[in-house]
Amino acid sequence: MATVAAAGAHEAHEHAHYTTTGLNHRKIAMWTFIGSECMLFGSLISTYLVYKGRSVVGPFPHEAWTSPTGQAFKPILNIPVTSASTFVLLMSSLFMVLALAAVENKGKPGYEGLLGASKFWLAATAAAGATFLGFQAFEFTSFVHEGLTIRTNLFGTSFYTLTGFHGTHVAVGVLWLMTMLFIDLKRGLEPRDAINVDIMALYWHFVDVVWIAIFTLVYLIK
Amino acid sequence: MATSSAISTTASAAPQPSVQSGLWSWLTTVDHKRIGLLYLYTALFYLLVGGLEALLIRTQLARPNLSVVSAEMYNQLFTMHGTTMVFLVVMPLSAAFFNYLIPLQIGARDVAFPRLNAFSYWVYALGGLFITLPIFFGLAPNGGWFGYAPLSGPTYGGGYNMDFWVLGLQILGISSLAAAFNFITTIINMRAPGMTLMRMPMFTWMSFVVQFLIVLAFPVITAALFFLQFDRFFGTNFYQVQAGGDPLLWQHLFWVFGHPEVYILVLPAFGLVSEVLPTHSRKPLFGYNVMAFSGMMIGFLGFGVWAHHMFAVGMGPVADSIFAVTTMLIGIPTGVKIFNWIATMYGGSLRFPTSMKFAIGLIAMFTIGGISGVMHSSPPSDLQQTDTYFIVAHFHYVLYGGAIMGIFAGIYHYFPKITGRLMNERLGSWHFWLNFIGLNLTFFPMHFSGMLGMPRRIYTYDAGQGWDLFNMISTVGTYLLLVAGLIFAYNFFSSRKRGAVAGNDPWGGATLEWSIPSPPPEYNFAQIPEVTSRYPMWDLKAPDRTASLEHVHPSADDIAAAHAVPVHEETERRSAKELGIAIPFSTIRPFMVALGIIIMFSGLIVLHVGEFPLAMAAMLGGSAFMVGSLYAWLTSPLE
Ligand code: HEM
Repeated sequence: MATVAAAGAHEAHEHAHYTTTGLNHRKIAMWTFIGSECMLFGSLISTYLVYKGRSVVGPFPHEAWTSPTGQAFKPILNIPVTSASTFVLLMSSLFMVLALAAVENKGKPGYEGLLGASKFWLAATAAAGATFLGFQAFEFTSFVHEGLTIRTNLFGTSFYTLTGFHGTHVAVGVLWLMTMLFIDLKRGLEPRDAINVDIMALYWHFVDVVWIAIFTLVYLIK
Repeated sequence: MATSSAISTTASAAPQPSVQSGLWSWLTTVDHKRIGLLYLYTALFYLLVGGLEALLIRTQLARPNLSVVSAEMYNQLFTMHGTTMVFLVVMPLSAAFFNYLIPLQIGARDVAFPRLNAFSYWVYALGGLFITLPIFFGLAPNGGWFGYAPLSGPTYGGGYNMDFWVLGLQILGISSLAAAFNFITTIINMRAPGMTLMRMPMFTWMSFVVQFLIVLAFPVITAALFFLQFDRFFGTNFYQVQAGGDPLLWQHLFWVFGHPEVYILVLPAFGLVSEVLPTHSRKPLFGYNVMAFSGMMIGFLGFGVWAHHMFAVGMGPVADSIFAVTTMLIGIPTGVKIFNWIATMYGGSLRFPTSMKFAIGLIAMFTIGGISGVMHSSPPSDLQQTDTYFIVAHFHYVLYGGAIMGIFAGIYHYFPKITGRLMNERLGSWHFWLNFIGLNLTFFPMHFSGMLGMPRRIYTYDAGQGWDLFNMISTVGTYLLLVAGLIFAYNFFSSRKRGAVAGNDPWGGATLEWSIPSPPPEYNFAQIPEVTSRYPMWDLKAPDRTASLEHVHPSADDIAAAHAVPVHEETERRSAKELGIAIPFSTIRPFMVALGIIIMFSGLIVLHVGEFPLAMAAMLGGSAFMVGSLYAWLTSPLE
């Protein structure tokens, strides 16, 4: 993979460029991107909250509902299952930290064994992300079976949109992790690549933090 | 796997050598100056389009009960006029200056992400076509530039018209956001040694503020547009009143974006006149710090006034009062700017080239718009004025009299830097005066027709309501503006070839862009300058003007790290290769990614037509093309 290697060499070259703050360009750009993402999720979450309790028909998130035709619906959110998927996503952040540490410290004493196994931690992070997506797919399909689609009511509309956007962000993150893993498998990530992993980690942790907000505001608070 | 094949295709493709002319070189350029030119030409073209739309509008309204265009066509015309002027003219004209000037003003060789920069432009260019072409088929958006849902939703806004609007704005948003990330990074991280934030030229300062506004305001309309898009394409309920949806949700989200947007439109123009006025007053900008902070203050308060666009919806006295007060507050930093510009001229030795005329014109015209703005910051007064021509008068004084005049000042001022030649001053003067008179003839009478109750967005009106004369004058004024525009176009294109040769610094400018040849070489600065004050070129050429200002040298470490040398005039033109400066490779990939995005979005239109397989092909094919091109881009070296 000549180009991948070349891209790596080019990164090293970029470090040689003078920057005003001494920080890497892409890191600053990622922080600005995260700033704008805050506004995006802020708008999505506010819309969900504004519409909370305003659906004219069920099913509802936390309350049972009986339709005019007499059909009974349970409260739709499954908090135990989502707690499990939340836990998996939180663990993925831990794996991400370990992956970054492994790349940063590759070859240093104390990082020979599992702690230096960047491939393992990258794969674990990606797997945890994918598991979270699996949970979400399960959640969406079971909700649809229980009678809630994105068209059913305001709750369905705002719920699927909000969590769907978050899920898309996780999916992009998983793709990014897999690309990084691919590069690691091909040529091995080294400390000079740490900045790339660092930026990815920034994104990943952000997506995680957003989920904590969503989990609290949508699932836990009645 | 798609990824691995994308990566291996690039492995075999050698980086292309950069070609300097021909279509291909423009498609693949990543040079911030050439991208700036692309923005400039494209946006001037759209100024013509938006202007012709306005001309048709005004022709239709010249006299009562005309039928130059149909009611439906009229709706499309005013919607496209507003949308074009805001998103395809003023923002990109500002972007042209961001691109061209920011690196030159801060002493950098390019922007932080040259390829992302090309991507921003191509998304804008293709997105502009996406939203503009439908008018030729009578399918242009017809729900106003503010696209109020539920009127723009599936129930009341069926058909394809608003599809193009929703998707088009979504596409244009990508362009603005990508550019904003780029410029923020550039300004934070690529300043030459000694170019501290408080030494940045005022245009760069205002641009900096604007990028933050874009980063924070655009995601809000992105969300609002996604909701509308989902309502239209997937049958969701966001703006569906029968499902309990709130008809005000759109208005709030739109104006949380929309009000910062008006500062996004006008602050770059403020920045430009803040360059022109000191140069031609031959005096430092009065109250530099206050100018920078008032810009930040405007940006900050700009997020707290959105609901003054919504006084008429009945938010209640508390909300109305709060937004009235914040709106009046924002008048303060704006007023501060006006006074600082006047104080900059006071006691200066003034010159009046065309750029200066436009800059002074901005001060006068924007003040009129500012005063009518303060008038409708008061809810009782606004209830009389909202949705009348009074509002149309107000926002054209700030947008035409502010943004467009400022941008013209910038064009006349920087034309010699960009082309190496001066524009013709006599024609410039004609342009200015016809423009000035035309502008006032067009928009001043609208205050009166508005006060007499003429509503906006009506395609015709009956005689005998006292509106006829005012409308006639407005229309005459518009034709005068057309003449002014034609003079400008002639001047612009003929001066490019035949204008007097300008040299590095025809105006005696104070900032770094005037230290290098015109047009600047590919690498901008042969040597990165070491900056010690706000007005480095005046330190060299007119030290008496800057003697009282602070001069501080950057640290030796920074100077060494950047290989910087004291500011000096660079006159020699050598190739980047001779100087050993690495220039980014030109590449087609940013264009390809942009194209992928457009194909993807077009798929949604096809979906609405009902051609399901074709729609899926476009959406999946477009996204695969986009992702593939993106991987190819990211895995190829920059320089
Ligand atoms: C070339 C000179 C111009 C003329 C003669 C003109 C004329 C008009 C008129 C008559 C309307 C009202 C249409 C109606 O309500 O039925 C209008 C609307 C508008 N104009 Fe202009 N305009 C000009 C330039 C500009 C510029 C430079 C901008 C912005 C930078 C602009 C932005 C708008 C916007 C945002 C609307 C509101 C459209 C809507 O209600 O959806 N115009 N213009």
